[in-house]
Amino acid sequence: MRDRVVPVFSHGFLFLWALLTTLPLVWVAVSSFKSDEEILTDPWGLPATLRWDNWGRAWNEAHIGRYFLNSAVVVTGALVLTMLLGAMGAYVLARYRFPGHRVVYFGFVGGMMFPVFLALVPLFFVVRNLGLLGTLPGLTFVYAAYSLPFTVFFLTAFFRTLPSTVAEAAMVDGCGHFGLFFRVMLPMARPGLVSVGIFNFLFQWNQYVLPIVLMQGEGAEKRWVLAQGLTALAVNEGYRGDFSGLFAGMTIAIVPVLAGYVAFHRQVQRGLAAGQLR
Amino acid sequence: MARGRWLFIVTFLVPPLLLYGVFVVSPYAQAFQISATDWGGLSPEYEFVGLDNFRRLLDDGYFWNALRHNAVLLALLPVVTIVLGLVLASMLNVGGRRDRVGVHGVRGAPVYRIVYFFPQVLSVAVIGVLWKEMYAPNTGVVNGTLRAVGLDGLAKPWLGDPRFAFWCVAVVLLWSNVGFYVVLFSAAMQSLPRDIYEAALLDGAGRVTTLVRVTVPLLWDTIQVAWVYLAILAIDGFAVVQIVSDGGPGYASDVVGLRLYKTAFNESQFGYASAIGVAMFFLTLSVAAAFLRVTRREKVEAG
Repeated sequence: MRDRVVPVFSHGFLFLWALLTTLPLVWVAVSSFKSDEEILTDPWGLPATLRWDNWGRAWNEAHIGRYFLNSAVVVTGALVLTMLLGAMGAYVLARYRFPGHRVVYFGFVGGMMFPVFLALVPLFFVVRNLGLLGTLPGLTFVYAAYSLPFTVFFLTAFFRTLPSTVAEAAMVDGCGHFGLFFRVMLPMARPGLVSVGIFNFLFQWNQYVLPIVLMQGEGAEKRWVLAQGLTALAVNEGYRGDFSGLFAGMTIAIVPVLAGYVAFHRQVQRGLAAGQLR
Repeated sequence: MARGRWLFIVTFLVPPLLLYGVFVVSPYAQAFQISATDWGGLSPEYEFVGLDNFRRLLDDGYFWNALRHNAVLLALLPVVTIVLGLVLASMLNVGGRRDRVGVHGVRGAPVYRIVYFFPQVLSVAVIGVLWKEMYAPNTGVVNGTLRAVGLDGLAKPWLGDPRFAFWCVAVVLLWSNVGFYVVLFSAAMQSLPRDIYEAALLDGAGRVTTLVRVTVPLLWDTIQVAWVYLAILAIDGFAVVQIVSDGGPGYASDVVGLRLYKTAFNESQFGYASAIGVAMFFLTLSVAAAFLRVTRREKVEAG
């Protein structure tokens, strides 16, 4: 008897949590097609017609399109920078011995222990003094810098697992240190690079506190990233009463990331789990 | 050859070190220095005030109020998230039929694993705005659902009521984290040999007993890591709180990170804000150290 009841309970509970996870997202997507009227009168009702103009308004007038582009530019640049510099540093730390080796390694890895809040105030002034406050390059450098500790830690461990026989053979064949790295080791490290790359992408795409601190000042709102633009939209649209525009903006922010995740869910889950178990 | 080697090491190490030094190491080092000043940020002039900022912190009612909220989060968020995560992961992996062939996962487990992970890939800004709208008194779906099932009396201005605002924020933190730990624990459980569960079944162990006596001890290392991560999250909490309730109404859902942010960037008290940052750092460090100490003792007792 008990063995028949418990699976039903399991199914019910699992299904309930799945509903709790998905219904809010469905609600946002459905609301993005409704008129403000419909949103105000019945939160659960369906739209009478599909109002795509909400999406157009969010993209153009609320500048979600621009913020999306800014996010894409910053994260692309930061990701390339993180992976390149992280792989370079990690490779040298993994396969070369030199004086100060341990200091450099623990200097990088130690960065994982500090809460970013501790750095917030001085970071604001460092970036301002470099003239990079409120600029996309400034945010790109900062994202890359704060991604380095985990990237170096993860890739150092990964490069250590690669067989040294291949490296020795390449050296005998006259391959230099640089050629060895770019032509032999980097391609061999691809699985590790993919995992840590996915982790870094989500870390950088989902940043909130760094952009709101660093993208201040005159004219900075043109260079806001999605996270910032969306919260500003939530505050402003609340006053103006353009609820449908807000829901459309949120849907635009959610759909690409969720679609990318569903397509690559195995790699994404593996990448994030690797980040957790560091 | 030796020169080529040095050239290589230097060209590969200097760029990452430079970036890291300028944007990470130097701010962290300066934070300690600034925390001992009365710097207002506008003029380059400031005075060293020693430990005055920290003395002020001890008397700052707003700081203690915020810290109390973080303490509640620290006590509840890791435990509740881990328990829910373990229960759901067990249901996924060994919650299905049990018969002569052995223990089964539930049907549709791969789909659940995909769906539960959704909040993890959404940005914290999306999650914050989403829940802020869900709690909205008239347009929100929380009150909408309550009214739809006839519980009009329970519909409330959730974020406008100092009794509920903090708990509303806590729910958002729970909602956005449980799924990840279900997937993480579930992956760890799948790497365990299945015969362990079959042996437990043969011995007549119920599902709760199996979870407490078999799963938890075997996943103990993973659980420890999860606890430390969730604890760090509970000491932070900034983004969700700022977006959902902005610490309000009044200071009813304030947290230390938000206190730091407002002290620095709304009030320009950079010296004092850095002192809050330093306090947060030592808090995180001592929580992690205390936790490791407690769990080590447990291991000794068990051994």
